[in-house]
Amino acid sequence: MKRPEPFEIFQPASIQEARELHIHHGPGGYFLAGGTDLAIAIKEKGLVPRYVVDLKRIGSLSGIRENADGSLVLGALATMREVEISRVISRRFPFLSQSAGEVGSIQIRNRATIGGNIANATPSADVVPALLVLEAQVTTSTQNGEKQVPLESFFLGPGKTVMERGDILTEIIIPPASANLRGEYIKFSPREMMDLAYVGVAVALLTDGDENVCREVRIALGAVSPVPMRARKAEAVLVNRVINEESAERAGEAAASECTPISDVRASAAYRRHMVRVNTKRAILNAVCGRPGNLPWVARRERRY
Amino acid sequence: MQCVAVPAIFPGWPGERGDINKKIRITLNGQERILEVVPYRLLLDLLRDEMGMTGTKEGCGTGDCGACTVLLHGKPVNSCLVFSGELDGADIVTIEGLKIGPELHPVQDAFRQDGGAQCGYCTPGMLMMTTALLRENEQPTEEEIRFALSGNLCRCTGYAKIIQAVQRAAEMMREKKITEAKG
Ligand SMILES: Cc1cc2nc3c(=O)[nH]c(=O)nc-3n(C[C@H](O)[C@H](O)[C@H](O)COP(=O)(O)OP(=O)(O)OC[C@H]3O[C@@H](n4cnc5c(N)ncnc54)[C@H](O)[C@@H]3O)c2cc1C
Ligand code: FES
Ligand code: FES
Repeated sequence: MKRPEPFEIFQPASIQEARELHIHHGPGGYFLAGGTDLAIAIKEKGLVPRYVVDLKRIGSLSGIRENADGSLVLGALATMREVEISRVISRRFPFLSQSAGEVGSIQIRNRATIGGNIANATPSADVVPALLVLEAQVTTSTQNGEKQVPLESFFLGPGKTVMERGDILTEIIIPPASANLRGEYIKFSPREMMDLAYVGVAVALLTDGDENVCREVRIALGAVSPVPMRARKAEAVLVNRVINEESAERAGEAAASECTPISDVRASAAYRRHMVRVNTKRAILNAVCGRPGNLPWVARRERRY
Repeated sequence: MQCVAVPAIFPGWPGERGDINKKIRITLNGQERILEVVPYRLLLDLLRDEMGMTGTKEGCGTGDCGACTVLLHGKPVNSCLVFSGELDGADIVTIEGLKIGPELHPVQDAFRQDGGAQCGYCTPGMLMMTTALLRENEQPTEEEIRFALSGNLCRCTGYAKIIQAVQRAAEMMREKKITEAKG
């Protein structure tokens, strides 16, 4: 395996200092969080940074906290493992903890950060669909001060976001949500572990009464379009309808029609589309069945409907 | 305090620049050390080529196989994806630091007894990951063991004996704890 070319590493203690380092040293600098994408880019893809600015000494970027209004704030440097085992997240949004727990291995998740997953802007990023159905906002520190944007409009294309050079992603905010919200994330990949999503589907919904009439629903897809996307046509199929096999099937068809997958080493576009149909249906039906807290991983992929 | 001059074993890698070297203070296997490191050098290479600790192995170099697993601040990580320049203040434990004194660590002993190692290449990583697992979970189920070891690949054993060894290690560690508690 190739070794990195020389570069310097700075370890600023504040966001301000990190941004200044970036401005002062000019082009060719990269921010470093867990390094699980950056080190791979350097070792495998021939990226040659001139310098690297490590964000891990900036205390304000880490941690997970719940505000009095019920919103959750996840520091960009919160690791995937922290999100996976966080009590408050696994109690309120078990499908979000699960999506973090689907990333790589424990070794990877001890380093990989939620901010890095978002900033890297891979279409298959596992936490993104779950955050999209929670209508998360992201805060960035820019030259013109702090900015907040909905996660949905953060991505511009594979590897491209609204962030400009020197901008730092600081936190992810999950707005207050009903305690009755139910959700699901399905990472579809033939290997159970250590593989990227061929298709990712997240669902969050609110239903009325015992008949499972859908009051509100959000569906998001990963790995099947240039940026992770909301499947609004599929959502429209379900609103104010009873959720059952038939309506879930139709929502799955709608999702399959509105995504724009590509063929690559992992799967053909046609296969991905088909898997969007199947897994959207499955995710919807799993979500209405609910789940008792955070299920052990073996139970995660079971069909529960 | 020990100050190890670097580079010690393989001097002068191609394109090396001394001007950006960084002084770091780390705890390595319980010993405090001050090192002058090449910031972009991988922790894996720092351990193997500069500290002479060749127990940690490189399999893939890309975070997939777990052969390079070490504990960083008590948590298992892939040392092939960590840069030396990030390490000031780090607490690192490698396979060389598992055994304290003449006796094998229960995890090592269990792998030995159960044939959890064949060629042995994956073994240091497996042992570090198992140690981390058993610290968090004294009595893991087979599924929990498989989940925890999913980032550690082995091409020899077929995993059955590894899982058996982890279960035995868990048992040995629980017994040890009970004996110690009895004084
Ligand atoms: C073996 C392996 C398996 C993996 N499996 C998965 C998987 O199953 N699912 C998945 O989604 N991903 C996977 N990944 C990819 C990776 O682990 C994740 O995307 C991870 O969340 C990246 O976070 P990081 O902190 O390591 O990012 P880094 O590598 O530190 O950074 C990634 C990029 O984002 C930038 N960046 C990071 N943080 C910030 C910030 N706060 N502000 C501005 N820019 C920032 C960096 O400059 C860099 O360009 C895997 C990687 C490996 C090596
Ligand atoms: S060598 Fe580090 S994970 Fe394979
Ligand atoms: S014992 Fe040979 S790779 Fe595991």
